Amino acid sequence: MPKRTDIKKILLIGSGPIIIGQACEFDYSGTQACKALREEGYKVVLVNSNPATIMTDPETADVTYIEPLTAEVLEMIIKKERPDAILPTMGGQTALNLAVELAEKGILDKYKVELIGAKLDAIRKAEDRELFKEAMKKIGLEVPVSAHIGSMKDGLEAVEYIGFPAILRPSFTLGGTGGGIAYNIEEYQVLLEHGLKLSPVRQVLVEESALGWKEYELEVMRDVKDNVVIICSIENFDPMGVHTGDSITVAPAQTLTDKEYQRMRDASIAIIREIGVDTGGSNIQFALNRDNGKMIVIEMNPRVSRSSALASKATGFPIAKIAAKLAVGLTLDEIPNDITRETPASFEPTIDYVVTKFPRFAFEKFPEADPTLTTQMKSVGEVMAIGRTFKESLQKAIRSLEIGTRGLEEVQADMSVIKSRLKTPNAERVWYIAQAMREGMSIQEIHDLTWIDPWFLENIRQIIEMEGRISAEARKFGSLDPDPVFPASHLHNFLPLLKEAKQLGFSDRRIAQLLNLQEADIRHLRKRNSIKAVYKMVDTCAAEFAAYTPYLYSTYEIPFHTIHPSSLTLHPLVECEANPSDRKKVIILGSGPNRIGQGIEFDYCCVHAVFALKELGYETIMVNCNPETVSTDYDTADRLYFEPLTIEDVLNIIDAEKPEGVIVQFGGQTPLKLAVPLEREGVKILGTSPDSIDRAEDRRRFKKLLHKLNLNQADSDTAMSVDEALSAAGRIGYPVMVRPSYVLGGRAMEIVYDENSLSEYMKRAVKASPEHPVLVDKYLEDAIEVDVDAISDGKDVIIGGVMEHIEEAGIHSGDSACSLPPHSLPKKIVRDIKRQTKALARELNVIGLMNVQFAVKNQDIYILEVNPRGSRTIPFVGKATGVPLAKLAAKVIVGRTLKELGVTKDKNIKHIAVKEAVFPFDRFHGVDSILGPEMKSTGEVMGIDKDFGIAFGKSQISCGNRIPLEGRIFISLKDKDKPASVPIVKKMLELGISVIATKGTAEYLKDRGLDVEVVNKVAEGRPHIVDKIKNKEIHFVINTVSGAQAQKDSFSIRQSALQYRVPFTTTISGATAAVNAIEMLKKKRMNIKSIQEYHGIKPKK
Amino acid sequence: MSGKALLVLSDGIVFEGKSFGASGETLGEVVFNTSMTGYQEILTDPSYRGQIVNMTYPQMGNYGVNEEDIESLNGPKVEGFIVREYIDFPSNWRTEKCGVRSAGRGVIHSLGDYLKAYGIVGIEHIDTRALTRHLRDHGARMGIISTVDPDPESLLKKVRKHPGISAFDLVRDVTAKEIYKWQAGAWKWKPEEKEVEKEYSALRTPHSVFKRVVVYDFGVKFNILRNLVDAGFDVTVVPAQTPAEAVLEMDPDGVILSNGPGDPETVTYAIENAKKLMGKKPVFGICLGHQILGLAMGGRTYKLKFGHHGGNHPVRDLVTGRVEITSQNHNYCVDINSLHGRVRLTHKNLYDGTEEGMEHVELPVFSVQHHPEAGPGPNDAAHIFKRFRDLIEGVYAEKN
Repeated sequence: MPKRTDIKKILLIGSGPIIIGQACEFDYSGTQACKALREEGYKVVLVNSNPATIMTDPETADVTYIEPLTAEVLEMIIKKERPDAILPTMGGQTALNLAVELAEKGILDKYKVELIGAKLDAIRKAEDRELFKEAMKKIGLEVPVSAHIGSMKDGLEAVEYIGFPAILRPSFTLGGTGGGIAYNIEEYQVLLEHGLKLSPVRQVLVEESALGWKEYELEVMRDVKDNVVIICSIENFDPMGVHTGDSITVAPAQTLTDKEYQRMRDASIAIIREIGVDTGGSNIQFALNRDNGKMIVIEMNPRVSRSSALASKATGFPIAKIAAKLAVGLTLDEIPNDITRETPASFEPTIDYVVTKFPRFAFEKFPEADPTLTTQMKSVGEVMAIGRTFKESLQKAIRSLEIGTRGLEEVQADMSVIKSRLKTPNAERVWYIAQAMREGMSIQEIHDLTWIDPWFLENIRQIIEMEGRISAEARKFGSLDPDPVFPASHLHNFLPLLKEAKQLGFSDRRIAQLLNLQEADIRHLRKRNSIKAVYKMVDTCAAEFAAYTPYLYSTYEIPFHTIHPSSLTLHPLVECEANPSDRKKVIILGSGPNRIGQGIEFDYCCVHAVFALKELGYETIMVNCNPETVSTDYDTADRLYFEPLTIEDVLNIIDAEKPEGVIVQFGGQTPLKLAVPLEREGVKILGTSPDSIDRAEDRRRFKKLLHKLNLNQADSDTAMSVDEALSAAGRIGYPVMVRPSYVLGGRAMEIVYDENSLSEYMKRAVKASPEHPVLVDKYLEDAIEVDVDAISDGKDVIIGGVMEHIEEAGIHSGDSACSLPPHSLPKKIVRDIKRQTKALARELNVIGLMNVQFAVKNQDIYILEVNPRGSRTIPFVGKATGVPLAKLAAKVIVGRTLKELGVTKDKNIKHIAVKEAVFPFDRFHGVDSILGPEMKSTGEVMGIDKDFGIAFGKSQISCGNRIPLEGRIFISLKDKDKPASVPIVKKMLELGISVIATKGTAEYLKDRGLDVEVVNKVAEGRPHIVDKIKNKEIHFVINTVSGAQAQKDSFSIRQSALQYRVPFTTTISGATAAVNAIEMLKKKRMNIKSIQEYHGIKPKK
Repeated sequence: MSGKALLVLSDGIVFEGKSFGASGETLGEVVFNTSMTGYQEILTDPSYRGQIVNMTYPQMGNYGVNEEDIESLNGPKVEGFIVREYIDFPSNWRTEKCGVRSAGRGVIHSLGDYLKAYGIVGIEHIDTRALTRHLRDHGARMGIISTVDPDPESLLKKVRKHPGISAFDLVRDVTAKEIYKWQAGAWKWKPEEKEVEKEYSALRTPHSVFKRVVVYDFGVKFNILRNLVDAGFDVTVVPAQTPAEAVLEMDPDGVILSNGPGDPETVTYAIENAKKLMGKKPVFGICLGHQILGLAMGGRTYKLKFGHHGGNHPVRDLVTGRVEITSQNHNYCVDINSLHGRVRLTHKNLYDGTEEGMEHVELPVFSVQHHPEAGPGPNDAAHIFKRFRDLIEGVYAEKN
């Protein structure tokens, strides 16, 4: 069927900021959709509040709005742009919910906009548990016994027949927020109450638990002519009870016979037809009882999802791209398969490898959170690995995680601990399984505790057995003379074992560890004996057809031979499909799994580097292991290696490709850590030299550098021990900021006010990073923090942007809101900051990007840190100024000068952009929302306007912290903040907002003539402030605290604000910005403007 | 050779692997199959007689073997089996509950034991992707697997001596010896399965019986019979050499020409029988049956470079316009043009444009090249069995 000609303009809704359960997979899908629709000649209007996305680049869509994702804003966009259709299936649950809201409010009808991809009815049928259950019954499929609960009373009745354990899922929440498993009535009541609050429709599904059953997912696509194909099947390693986002998952399904698989396939086809998703992709989840094969349908997502991104990367079939084309009426058989070119997309990919996805968690950031894995997603990122066997792909996935592990290392724990870690799902369970095997526990026993299918366990057993054989080898040759590493007599026996271990996916480092050798010893041994990784292609068809897309993964294959026809001699052959070109080429190292501190921003930079170098005619080679990203789209770089970012795996690729050089400065800490080791192996690092990077990272060298340039730094010292730290702090004076060196995201960074807390910290921190000392810095209280991004070609330096933080110095820069340009700093200070930045860039001989953090206190400028690499703020700066810093940097890195690129002066803008951070506190029950030097945010949004107040207000709306324009504000402050609160409260009252405060704060304000009500603290008797929050009598909370006790006392205030979705701020600077925003938003209507309009980009004809 | 095994192709490519099935030596045409599931069905599909199957999915044996997922009696029909990694710890509720009962070997759960029990040579630790690419680029060719002869040269000589499988009528090897009735329907999951002891004939009670069909067994897959039962047919299976006259004497409502191994041109008696049946009875051909019909109508068949073996080929049903994902297993194709308008093309392979189905322009005769019965593979095309029933109904309606 030809594509539709009755629609011309399509509105695409993005998914907003990165949060747990909704990450960069939706940038990947949205970007693909934009490209696909424009390829077909449609005009695409895009809205997304997240600036750190490729989709919001001005080139991706025709018209791009970085505006809050609310029905109100969307209506404004619809009114202005008059799209013919909305594609709501690319932006996760956020976009789908918004589409439903727009439809229900009559906005779609009013402007005659059609939903394409999934119609309202289909969305409702898939999302509304009751309708879904009915639909399943109609087609003869089973669902868990369940009831939809709207009140505690109904809930207590229903659980009588549902029984325990019972699963609770609040309706319409992201990634299962608020869901959980109740094993008894007490837990049930707590979870139900919590769930009802979180559900926007106050509904919780309580259902029969299929706990411990096997879990499967199928990715299904359907076109307008009712052709249906299954793209990928996924089997979960972790059985039912662990959210699929938190499970280790494997593609394809491993333990289903064809009959059982076809039964699931038939069910999926029936489901997509019955739900009525007329075009596009859906994800369907099943549970299977492994004792008797009973199958139940868990849920269906009528949109692209995290799993569809994974399935796309796992198979090479681009689900989002194809879904977008199906949405405009094309059919599967009309769309070619990009990889094989000659065959159509109306087929089912078949793969000849095993894919393992492994989640990445961030519990170290939230020590108070419960690390048990449940039906509510808690992971912040994931890696994917490809191998020829499950064993190989599992081991590759493990070393892709970047959590310091290179395999299934030993765990020190006694049997009772091991057993409990097997029984209760947790992030490290697979290591405990391995340890349990070493301790002699049987597969059956482990299965009884974990319910994990014995098939997976047996595979792990084979890995452990190989470990045993390697260790035995180490014992055989006893104490080793390190040179040569292996006595020749042993080598003969050891090489076959080494080959076998490599085929099972063992890393060099893990093998070395088992042999008490260094990683490099194994690498050199391998190289000398030609045990080399080969590369195979991801081609959608298991080699049935020739593939044209160099999307590759490594494996260790078994050589074969040809018999020479005349001499009859054997010639060994190992097939490697890498087939490198002789073009000039550059490897760009990606940023690995998303984690707090290193997320989509770095992937964004890597993708830009690829685009820029392609423009210059380079062959670009991307290495990354994160399946959610745009960088791992085979369409992005010329060649894609889906590989772990370890020195071993990267060197293997370099050996195969022999690039001109490697770019490490875009992917965050991941590639940066590899810079020195790579250089040591003779690899050319393009751009800023590893030595310069070290000069900026190494405290002592850095101090010298600042001294040389005559720049200020807060007094600081380094310490290797508790005593050293105490004496350093004593000399500097408290409070001090302490942290380990070489970290990203403020890992283990704290502000300490006294000796006791410092000794305590030192005991913990030394564990955090043993090779590097702890840094002790004077903490500059109440200083304004400033972030600067700059670009340098070694001669000229251009400032990309100067960002003034809203929150004071001491709050991690990733967690702080900031404005570009600075909204309050004097011009003179900004000028001086720019001058200092340029001096630093020149001295460090930066080639490429550099980020500097400053603190400004009493007109004095201090340098906090210098990072000669792409920073988290690069995409934000790019969107705010329209200057593509990362692209320019990539070009500079390969030798272009800024002059040649036409960049000769700093860009000044007339509007204001505000970046705000987004936090996962609602996921981690019991975690305090107070901000500090340790980064906790998962994502960001941008508000943009010509006025600071409105830009800030928009950023707050976008991050779900909507500032009220009327009602009542609660305020409770630490003493130090009280003076600064007077103008805030005064302004609030003037704006007609009433103010209620705890006694101390209220008295202080009353003394200054402000009319403030008083409310009890929780300890002061009822009704107290938490009662008022729960009764929805409070519309905004301003709460600042100092000291551990005060923080503990006021914890329930912040917790209830979070739970009852009352917007709040925990800094006085945040409050100031908020009141400013209220004033502006009351005065003026919020307006919208596209990025192209801001930057004067003319629409393409 | 202590578990070592060699695979030598007729063009001198030598793979060294490890034996995981029976010991011995086996010759066959090496083909690759891209199905990720269904190895037991593939092994027992009689169409693979004469062939050694290389599986592209790298792990085989994951779910073991069971009594239900067989396509023929008496174990695998392939000549040999090539895999990247053999898994000897099957995990699946059906293999646990109903492993294969084999005379003298008790209940078998693992793929390796299954191959051993039936004397099939299996080889693992082969770079199956490299082998697949070789076959794709150079075409399917003869190969030999040996666990007893460690000399590649000697094996090469043996494989080169073999005249190739087109020289033999392989149907004779796999067809039924006697006429039999078939009553079981296709596998369906049932709650609370108590009788593990059941025979496949008792798998399921058939639908209300509608019409009687005779199935010519050229190596018929049981799933064809099961699907016919589900479509409401009374099914009688006859040996391949059964004369057409004998079948006409049975006066069935329709005749099915089944799948089977080898080159259709070698099955001359079947071609002759088909000529006699067309016009007298509605005829439905599947795979080899389809090729036999092509030849019987005076057309020609040709051999594909490496054939179609897998479960993911898109086929357009030109009657409905829909794309069906199909199960495929064939090396030969009917050249529709050689039939000069006597048939209409009804199905087309969207991968390579080859013929996947045809119907006679006048007579109630149609056939498909792919496998609507699945087993293994998708059920998308299963409705074709009902189409045959509709065809028969139509013929009767006309007569009455």
